[in-house]
Amino acid sequence: MEGSNRDLLELAVEKQNTTEYIVHHLTNLTAGEGFWTVHLDTLFFSALLGVIFLVLFTWAAKKATSGVPGGLQNFTEIMVSFVDEQVSSTYHGKSELIAPLALTIFVWVFLMNLMDLVPVDLLPLIAGMLGIHYLKVVPTTDLNATFAMSISVFILILFYSVKVKGVGGFAKEVFFHPFGKWMLPFNMLFKLIEELAKPISLALRLFGNLYAGELLFILIALLPWWIQWTLGGIWAIFHILVITLQAFIFMMLTIVYLSMASEDHDH
Amino acid sequence: MGINATLIGQMITFALLVWFTMKFVWPPLTAAMKERQHKIAEGLAAAERGVHEKVLAENKATEILKEAKAQSSEILGRAEKRSSEIVDEAKGEAREEGERILAHARSEVEQEMNKAREALRAEVAVLAVAGAEQILAKEVDAAAHSDLLNNLARQL
Repeated sequence: MEGSNRDLLELAVEKQNTTEYIVHHLTNLTAGEGFWTVHLDTLFFSALLGVIFLVLFTWAAKKATSGVPGGLQNFTEIMVSFVDEQVSSTYHGKSELIAPLALTIFVWVFLMNLMDLVPVDLLPLIAGMLGIHYLKVVPTTDLNATFAMSISVFILILFYSVKVKGVGGFAKEVFFHPFGKWMLPFNMLFKLIEELAKPISLALRLFGNLYAGELLFILIALLPWWIQWTLGGIWAIFHILVITLQAFIFMMLTIVYLSMASEDHDH
Repeated sequence: MGINATLIGQMITFALLVWFTMKFVWPPLTAAMKERQHKIAEGLAAAERGVHEKVLAENKATEILKEAKAQSSEILGRAEKRSSEIVDEAKGEAREEGERILAHARSEVEQEMNKAREALRAEVAVLAVAGAEQILAKEVDAAAHSDLLNNLARQL
């Protein structure tokens, strides 16, 4: 009797520890209160990765020659021409912004997703030694990061809609599409849902994929050490695909939404 | 989790990244790529032109070669003709010269013969007289026949 009780107790303690471990890993390093709370880790890592992206690409751009390109220039040119191809095949307007925007989204999101492949305990452990007790290293597992991008894209969608169609054209699209003027409230509702679905789906898709991936890595880290490499290895290899794909999807949908915004329905 | 001010920070970061990329990353890279594309296209065109020019030059070279061959064969023909002419001329001249020399020699020989004949004729008369004197010395009195003999000598 007493033995089984102890077992149950141990199990409960272990469960408590497991839950604590997972929750600990999913807690941001915060500062501030209420809405004005900021996730320092998200801000820090996304900015760091953004700076890495910019330094790398600016360096390549500075040294860019029309002669024989070096390794770094080759790499950046592959990225640039890849993005440029996607943009020019989808977006038919003329814009100085779309292509650099797409490049930034692709590389930045990819780098942020790439943090997912850093062993889950490594950076929190180092941070713990430095006296920082909470650290979430993958910025794209933070809704704030994904929504920040998707809301920015949403603002651009609105901007381009108004810019291309004019205020009147945009209003007409809101009020009289797709059912004509007698169904005006429904038209507005449809438009609202249609437009709001874009940033929400963009942000949640990226967040969901990366959050699930991170969670799975945390769960794998709970396995006995000698078996971790099997599942961890498989999941990591699979995840290389996922993080690239998610970065690509975010970029591609941004281009598609913006090209849709730039197209006039009436003409 | 949950939405908070981090969102605003992230939006600012994102905007800065996009702005920077648009300003300093995208234009130089695409410019370099475009320029290289242009260069490669130019290089290919130049290569094409070079091939074309080579074909043209080859054609020209064969033409010139053909012309030179024709010219050389013409010159050769003319030279042969000229040389045979020269040979013929020389032959003619030589024959004339020979004939002249021959004629000269013949005339000289004739002159010599005539001279010799004259000399012989003179001598024959002397000898005949001498022979006749010796024969007649015994039978003819020189004094008696001197008139006769003188006549004879005068006739000779």
